[in-house]
Amino acid sequence: MTATTTQAPAKTTFAAALNTALADSMETDAGVCVFGEDVGTLGGVFRITDGLTARFGTSRCFDTPLAESGIAGMAVGMALNGMRPVIEMQFDAFAYPALEQIFSHIAKYANRTRGNVRLPIVIRIPYGGGVGGVEHHCDSSEAYYAHTAGLKVFTPATVSDAYLMLREAVDSPDPVVFFEPKKLYWSKDEVSLDDLRARYDGEPTAVGSEGRAAVVREGTDVSLISYGPSVSAAVKAAEAAEEDGISAEVLDLRTIVPFDDAALRATVEKTGRAVVVAEAQGFVSVASEIVARIQEQCFHSLASPVLRVTGFDIPYPAPKLEEHHLPNVDRILDALDELQWED
Amino acid sequence: MSEESTPLQDSFDGPSSDPAAQIMEASREFGISPEQYMLPAEQQIRLLSPTGELVPEEEQGTSPGHEYPLPDDDLLVRAYEALVIGRRINDQNYALVRQGRLAVYPSSHGQEACQVGAALALDDGDWMFPTYRDTVAVISRGVAPEDVMVSFRGDWHCGYDPQQHQVAPQSTPLTTQLLHAVGVAHAAKLRGEDTVVIAMCGDGATSEGDFHEALNFAAVFEVPVVFLVQNNGFAISVPLSSQSAAPTLAHKAIGYGLAGERVDGNDLVAVLATLRRAVHLAREHSMPLLVEAMTYRMQAHTNADDDSRYRDSDEVDQWKQKDPLQRMQRFLSGRGVLTNEDETRIGERAEEVAAALRATMTTDPSMDPLEIFDHVYSEPTAQLRAQREQLADELARSEEG
Repeated sequence: MTATTTQAPAKTTFAAALNTALADSMETDAGVCVFGEDVGTLGGVFRITDGLTARFGTSRCFDTPLAESGIAGMAVGMALNGMRPVIEMQFDAFAYPALEQIFSHIAKYANRTRGNVRLPIVIRIPYGGGVGGVEHHCDSSEAYYAHTAGLKVFTPATVSDAYLMLREAVDSPDPVVFFEPKKLYWSKDEVSLDDLRARYDGEPTAVGSEGRAAVVREGTDVSLISYGPSVSAAVKAAEAAEEDGISAEVLDLRTIVPFDDAALRATVEKTGRAVVVAEAQGFVSVASEIVARIQEQCFHSLASPVLRVTGFDIPYPAPKLEEHHLPNVDRILDALDELQWED
Repeated sequence: MSEESTPLQDSFDGPSSDPAAQIMEASREFGISPEQYMLPAEQQIRLLSPTGELVPEEEQGTSPGHEYPLPDDDLLVRAYEALVIGRRINDQNYALVRQGRLAVYPSSHGQEACQVGAALALDDGDWMFPTYRDTVAVISRGVAPEDVMVSFRGDWHCGYDPQQHQVAPQSTPLTTQLLHAVGVAHAAKLRGEDTVVIAMCGDGATSEGDFHEALNFAAVFEVPVVFLVQNNGFAISVPLSSQSAAPTLAHKAIGYGLAGERVDGNDLVAVLATLRRAVHLAREHSMPLLVEAMTYRMQAHTNADDDSRYRDSDEVDQWKQKDPLQRMQRFLSGRGVLTNEDETRIGERAEEVAAALRATMTTDPSMDPLEIFDHVYSEPTAQLRAQREQLADELARSEEG
């Protein structure tokens, strides 16, 4: 799976892009170490670290005891002593034992030491639902991390971004929580890994210090603002709306921290209407923050209230019920209908 | 791209190897079984009596294989100097709190032998992971007192560069730093360096989950970390009997596959001997050890605490009889290695340190409020730049009056 060379345009999976990004980062920088639960011999429960131990040895990619706080705490020490740890939290909800290390140390060390010590740690978290997972395997936990100053929060929605943004996360001097939408792991795109590698080597700033949201579909009547696992639903809804004569623009935030206010303003000022689409429960969420920022910065451009299509305010439902919880095309179209078009 | 580019070993004898190998090696060295090596001696290691006489050899190391030779006189005199200075720092800082010059100071008054022992057990290049109560250990390790006290004065959370001194910031969240110690040791081991790390916590902190995870990780990854538990009897108000049902805290070691030892924490000679052997074994065999030092917190938890609510002054008075300073002073004088001139010199040095602390801490620091935005990320985000401008504007307006 690593370093596959094929003629473009090849079909590359999201998982292969992540795997190759890790391998390329390890190849480029001998300080990059990958560790966590089952990441060694097995290659991770989602196989994102497949082949790394065989290729780089047990010094560079290794299994740890089953303890998330231990994994995160050990990463702090390794970063203090010159390494660039990339740690895997096996599932979103399994990261919670590590929150004290992440919130109290990883996020705060640079500030605590007046910038003397930066911890270049990447915390990879497979997140979100839509894969028929059980209760503790489907959380959208990004708001907890985004709320904590000192962390960067990335979440790619495309195969290209999976590669480019993970490379950039590993190279970042700041700690990055890297949210991987589980349901996208086996999605494919016509892009070759060689092309991605060349792109990254040419311009290693997919995100930059400001964040760089992407307009993934242009439109003029309404902006659908989304990120991570919900971008595909937003795009499908935009395609369906086109048939009803509504031209919807889709903005993929790509990073929650840093937050690209300029891109947000640009699309909302252009269309005058906005719906935020995100899988996490909506109450006190990243979606809430986006709506607040729109009304603060774009109030005079708005032709209607800004709406949200999010998960309900419930603990994640059982696998057979999750379809009712997740934002889908119909629910987004319903929201579009409410945007006071008659005005 | 990273500034670091360090060649690593292809593999390390981590989780895949037999974790008992180093234990076997060390126990053979002492002619005892692995279990006898991992379990603490039947009684705490003590080399000095409470009145400062050398304890007869057969009563010091109370089990075979747990004998501790007396450290060199030179080291003992240096340690005594650090002890006197450490006590002076504790008392000076206590006074500064009462004068309102420090926001808070968790004093290690009574525990200075552990503080000094931890610092003097290490070699150059070794790391220390202290807690909020380990100020004297940090200073004894060589960080300037004025820089250490920055966090207690309240101008920044940490006043020194941890990487420059190989001393981590004093940790407030209990035992979280022990895992950092494991990580530092592991990174060093991967690079083939023989760095030893001393990781400090208190008795109450051994109830925390990270204590367990750190000991377990250290043993599994076979890294040279010496865990020093200062058992001072209390976690704020809660006595050890409410924290643990283990025979001793040192007994916890064997459950993780590492060696534990218990030492009289008010006997600087014994603390030094025990910790130096632990550091030596950790380095030689690349393995962790646990040392429990029996001591007592002579003052309240902090200035915000009232210890009369949970303990008798009789108990405090009894521990005064075991004070580490008078024990060490009597021992070294009796041994003829501490002259009156030495004592005068050490006393003057302690007063100089105290005077410097007073001078620094009674001067209001000049701080730039705008700095609160500067270190959060390597480059401030657009939002932080905007908030910085907002505060700058507020400050400018308040100056205009």
